Amino acid sequence: MKRYSVFAVAREALRYHTGWGRAWRAPEPKKKYDVVIVGAGGHGLATAYYLGKNYGITNVAVIEKGWLGGGNTGRNTTIIRSNYLQDPSAAIYEKARSLYEDLSQDLNYNIMFSPRGVMMLAQTQHEIRGYQRTAHANALQGVTTEYISPARVKQLVPIINLDGPRYPVLGALWQARGGTARHDAVAWGYARACSDMGMHIIQQCEVTGVRSDNGRVTGVDTTKGAIDCDKLGMVVAGHSGILADMAGFRLPIESVALQALVSEPIKPCMDVVVMANTVHGYMSQSDKGEMVIGGGADGYNNYTQRGSFHHIEETVRALVETFPMVSRLKMLRQWGGIVDMTGDRSPILSKTPLEGAFINAGWGTGGFKSIPGSGWGFAELMATGESALTQAFSLDRFAEGRFIDESVAAGVAH
Amino acid sequence: MLILHCPYCGVKGEETEFAPGGEAHLARHGPGSTDDDFKSYLFSRKNPRGVHFERWRHASGCGKWFHAARATDTLEVYATYKAQTLAPPKQVLDIIAKKRPGWNI
Repeated sequence: MKRYSVFAVAREALRYHTGWGRAWRAPEPKKKYDVVIVGAGGHGLATAYYLGKNYGITNVAVIEKGWLGGGNTGRNTTIIRSNYLQDPSAAIYEKARSLYEDLSQDLNYNIMFSPRGVMMLAQTQHEIRGYQRTAHANALQGVTTEYISPARVKQLVPIINLDGPRYPVLGALWQARGGTARHDAVAWGYARACSDMGMHIIQQCEVTGVRSDNGRVTGVDTTKGAIDCDKLGMVVAGHSGILADMAGFRLPIESVALQALVSEPIKPCMDVVVMANTVHGYMSQSDKGEMVIGGGADGYNNYTQRGSFHHIEETVRALVETFPMVSRLKMLRQWGGIVDMTGDRSPILSKTPLEGAFINAGWGTGGFKSIPGSGWGFAELMATGESALTQAFSLDRFAEGRFIDESVAAGVAH
Repeated sequence: MLILHCPYCGVKGEETEFAPGGEAHLARHGPGSTDDDFKSYLFSRKNPRGVHFERWRHASGCGKWFHAARATDTLEVYATYKAQTLAPPKQVLDIIAKKRPGWNI
């Protein structure tokens, strides 16, 4: 792999950029790997990367039925934050956020991490109390957040309307080192680094069955033939239920559509991320100038990667009250992703009833921000059998009633 | 936008008039059941990519709960039927079988 640097850019400029190689190889699958990861999104690739980097396991294949990062990794609103209420969530999301800080240097790939600050608006009395509680919890967890006044909100976001008729801004939870990153680049950067370690990334290869012998996983059947493995990592987000069905167990997961949309590009007007959970809307401005807007999830099971139009309408209607200038914007495009929601709105990183098979799923609406932390913890779990980061997120917490109840803590925008 | 037909009051409406209620025909496991059954009843879901039997409430109408057979991969609503049943009725299964040859429950 050629390192990317200012010197590489200068050298290539002198030969009309003819010397750039492919960022990752596209090999044919081998008969057997030590570890097979299903799903080449952010979480799957990050898992493979930390398996190699932290544990020296490089005989790894990451197989993907579509194209790399084409699922929720390429469909989210790229927000990174770690201001969670519960200790296990704060730990894994803060691990992820702190890894994002120097991920570009680590991967030698510019993921454009922009710690511009994330603001979660308190628009009801309940939210004021909730966010103050979260700020106190974050202080104990070592996550830097603060509860700020409406005047400070206005100072940070001049385009905001503080005293809207239905949703006045009463304060906000502010995480200065939260922000955004280039979502595709996260997948591409990990893929390039994995390929460089000798791992195989096999795209357009759909898993059609999970093979096991005596309760232990032995491999997967795919559209490119059978692939044997010692350990299997299932990291397929919205389609986790289908893969689990092949492996012979059921998950406490339902797949629903979550939508986002972007406006036409405009001049810079808002340099932080603003989330308004009461009205199910969040917004940031991309480097291209588009306002990136995310909304609430549909309430019913859906695999179509498109959602209901009325949810967009609700989101935009609410945002117009808080940001009156949005009413003059034309929206460019809208899309949906299939998110895997668990009962307690927290992820599952766990061993499964099938020995040797591990699952990383249920990130729901909060997957992108957690990619490095999830990969770090899940790689530790797969390599050593246990991980302090993922311990609380095991599959048996549902039988034990040991929930990590972020649906109460974080509301919808998660 | 889904169009649903309320089997109680007969109104056909857009999905904004209704509230989704998750998987239908779950067998209840209460006190006295095994931990595994209780957990499955509370949390484990089929979550199929394909035909899904689910509960809906006519929230902005007559307020009654009913069931719907719907495809999660095409968003087609095959039929709606009353909630006083433990399994999808035969005529609903026939409608689905006609539209999805080879499908079985």
